[in-house]
Amino acid sequence: MTLIRLSGVTKSFPPASKTATPVVAVDDVSLDIAEGSITGIIGYSGAGKSTVLRLVNALERPTSGTVEIDGRDITGLRERELRALRSDIGMIFQQFNLFDSRTVAGNVAYPLEVAGRPRAEIAARVDELLAFVGLADKAKNHPEQLSGGQKQRVGIARALATSPRILLADEATSALDPDTTQEVLSLLKRVNAELGITILVITHEMEVVRTIADRVVVMENGRVIEDGTVFDILSAPQHPATKKFVASIIEDVPAGAQLQVLRDRHPGRIVTFTIREGDVSQAEVFTALTAHDVRFELIHGGINDIGGRVFGHLTLALTGDADAVDRAIGAARAHAPLIEEDIRG
Amino acid sequence: MDRLIALLPQLWEATFETLYIVSFSLIFGGILGLLLGLALYATREGSLFPNKPLFGFLNVLVNFFRPIPFVILLVAVQPFARGLGLPGIGPEFGIFAITIASLFAISRIVEQNLLTVRPGVIEAARAAGAGRARILFRLVPREALGPLVLGYTFIVVALVDMTAMAGAVAAGGLGEFAIVYGFKQFNPAVTWAAVLVIIVIVQVVQFVGNGLARRILRR
Repeated sequence: MTLIRLSGVTKSFPPASKTATPVVAVDDVSLDIAEGSITGIIGYSGAGKSTVLRLVNALERPTSGTVEIDGRDITGLRERELRALRSDIGMIFQQFNLFDSRTVAGNVAYPLEVAGRPRAEIAARVDELLAFVGLADKAKNHPEQLSGGQKQRVGIARALATSPRILLADEATSALDPDTTQEVLSLLKRVNAELGITILVITHEMEVVRTIADRVVVMENGRVIEDGTVFDILSAPQHPATKKFVASIIEDVPAGAQLQVLRDRHPGRIVTFTIREGDVSQAEVFTALTAHDVRFELIHGGINDIGGRVFGHLTLALTGDADAVDRAIGAARAHAPLIEEDIRG
Repeated sequence: MDRLIALLPQLWEATFETLYIVSFSLIFGGILGLLLGLALYATREGSLFPNKPLFGFLNVLVNFFRPIPFVILLVAVQPFARGLGLPGIGPEFGIFAITIASLFAISRIVEQNLLTVRPGVIEAARAAGAGRARILFRLVPREALGPLVLGYTFIVVALVDMTAMAGAVAAGGLGEFAIVYGFKQFNPAVTWAAVLVIIVIVQVVQFVGNGLARRILRR
């Protein structure tokens, strides 16, 4: 079921000077986000992903187009109505944005105080949330006494205080080290799995998308340039920008200078197989190669686990009798139609 | 020295008057300055209630009054005090004049300190469902409380200074004491006694302000 729907949304900001043209941050974006999903929106800075996120909780209003939450158009809501809407949508931030004047418990209590909940209910809920994020012992501490990862966990507890249906994560792990990033990402996964909360993550790191998302939306210059399951996008990126993001986590087919280095180092013919689960059997490829009496060496690439499915590029250097190598490649191709093109020098 | 001992009752009275003028100026100027500072902060572009014309007006208003030297403002506002039925001399007039002079300075200090609150914190509060007025009046001043206390401490010291100056137009307090009994009667010991008391007041204020700010900032 669709929980968040953006239809033809454009957001432009007034120009910096009178002669300049308005800045179009989001350009005719349409998106349906299914309830219970984790969607990653990836793009470089200035791609408009941050604005898309803020359109969902109406921190930004669209210039044109509509934003619907659970079938209700929020585009024309008044400030008062938006407050109720926002307590149904939690948000976490790259810089955590905790209230320094409040304790950890006070930070988590804030959305509940704003919603006018009774004191006893707030106290019970705060305890429950701090236990959920593993910070029960830090309730009386102040934010500056916490590590980055702990701060983000407080941010998550605060965002979940009013039991929202949606959680928006704005580069939530970009200020964290790799270990802490994994810790926060697994907490977000738990939020999704145990509480059924729909999560929308924006990031510039493909690793974040691969770790938690089911679906990835790639943005560039305010537009959605690619949208699909994480496996499909990672295994077969179409757009150049997407390819760059994918290359950051998946060893690509060697080309250019990288290929030259491999060629200098390894004799024989260099070929790359794309192993895509369901399409190619790795075993068949290797069997075909050995059957033709060629020697091969794995010189580049690797196998990746993307949401439990296998994908990767394997670059091999084949040596032996030239005819045998030809026959081996031909045989392997026959078994595996997605073998990458021969890149013989 | 004997003269000073004889004047001790007057010195205590003048000290009390100075504290009286400073306290009430701080209350009136402090509250009005806080409101004006909040208005400046809130109407600025990209803030909670952006309003270009209003911000422009307030900005010019503050910039109009701030550069007027206090001694001149002091005499200049005398007709207004009388127009409002207030005396043109004495501690009450001192409070009136200092309130006007200080509220513009205070508004700038308030504005500057509120601007130290990161926009992301305000965004987090909005995302949590807080209304803009609630954020402006409750969250932002609380988040900026440490620097605000230091700002107000600075202002109290300035108020003591202004009170002494107001003594020149018979507003009472230690300034008038120093002028009347020290300067005009050629008795430097008496003048220095007033200076000493002012120094003590300033030290105490600064000490309390720093301590309070340290507790709020937890460092």
